[in-house]
Amino acid sequence: MVMSWIWTGLVLVSILCAAISGNGGVLAAAALQGAQAGVTLAISMAGAICLWSGVGKLMEAGGITDTLAGALKPLLHRLFPSTKEDAALSRDLSANICANFLGLGNAATPMGIQAAKRLKRGDTATDELCRLIVLNTASIQLIPTNVAAVRSGLGCDTPFDILPAVWITSLCSAGLGVTAAWLLGKVWKR
Amino acid sequence: MTDYLVPLILFLAAALALRKQENAYGILLQGGAEGLQLLVSILPALILLLTAVYMLRASGAMEILSGILAPVLTFFGIPPQTAMLVLIRPISGSAALAVGAELMAQYGVDSLIGRTAAVMLGSTETTFYTVSVYFGAAGIQKTRYTIPAALFADFVGFFMASLTARLLF
Repeated sequence: MVMSWIWTGLVLVSILCAAISGNGGVLAAAALQGAQAGVTLAISMAGAICLWSGVGKLMEAGGITDTLAGALKPLLHRLFPSTKEDAALSRDLSANICANFLGLGNAATPMGIQAAKRLKRGDTATDELCRLIVLNTASIQLIPTNVAAVRSGLGCDTPFDILPAVWITSLCSAGLGVTAAWLLGKVWKR
Repeated sequence: MTDYLVPLILFLAAALALRKQENAYGILLQGGAEGLQLLVSILPALILLLTAVYMLRASGAMEILSGILAPVLTFFGIPPQTAMLVLIRPISGSAALAVGAELMAQYGVDSLIGRTAAVMLGSTETTFYTVSVYFGAAGIQKTRYTIPAALFADFVGFFMASLTARLLF
């Protein structure tokens, strides 16, 4: 439902702004060009998305996810103390974080939800659950596939040269986000 | 440093799967098919949202919006042209992809704004969607401070994306 409101709102705002700035004549053509651009964008991304979805599945089958999960354990124990007692929770959480890291969003969500169910108390989010959500919304990714696909689709010679910038940015946003969650957890009443 | 990263990942992923006696090529095909299905499933959303984005741009609404938000955004070093992307990113993933791709096409993939948009897209998530999926599935009513903390993380992402796009290239 939210998207229905947003879409209708966007169209209304365009009509109002066009009327104010006198750009009304180009609006209809722009709508059709936009629709066509959607198809062009999707086709230009298709190759890269196909390739990386395959590689993601391959990394899972080759055991790269398991290796990562092992390396992650010490950090996991610090962020989510409950994982020390709960082995199943530990497995779900590390699988969720690793799948996100490798860009397997579809694989990450079911495991994240499993972990969320184990972390909740009644209908209230615990501090650890809040931290899990913040980590998931901060998107720590090794290869941001979709963006690289858009860039190469637009004719960029080095679609991956943004990787260091993306890594630094998501590490900062995840780190500061979790810190903010930790601070808020101290003052926010249940 | 990143020159060989992607080719090496391609090789290592296949080699490690082979070592585990897995049918590496079959898995690649299967994953690729899933990826294309995913693309087809977001295609209608991409078309509709780019329709709206193109109308917004043609109407001059983008300039008005970035004009209004410019003082706040420039204070944090965020290019005002990315105002629309910053606003839509936490709400809809495909809309953000549409807006971001349009920014890259309009200003150039290797321009400051194009790179900033790319880093923003790559390092943030669809916050409200993620929160509603997780809390909906787990049956949680009281979300406490999750949304403020997650939105703060998004803001740090936008800020750092602008900073790294400016300093690293």
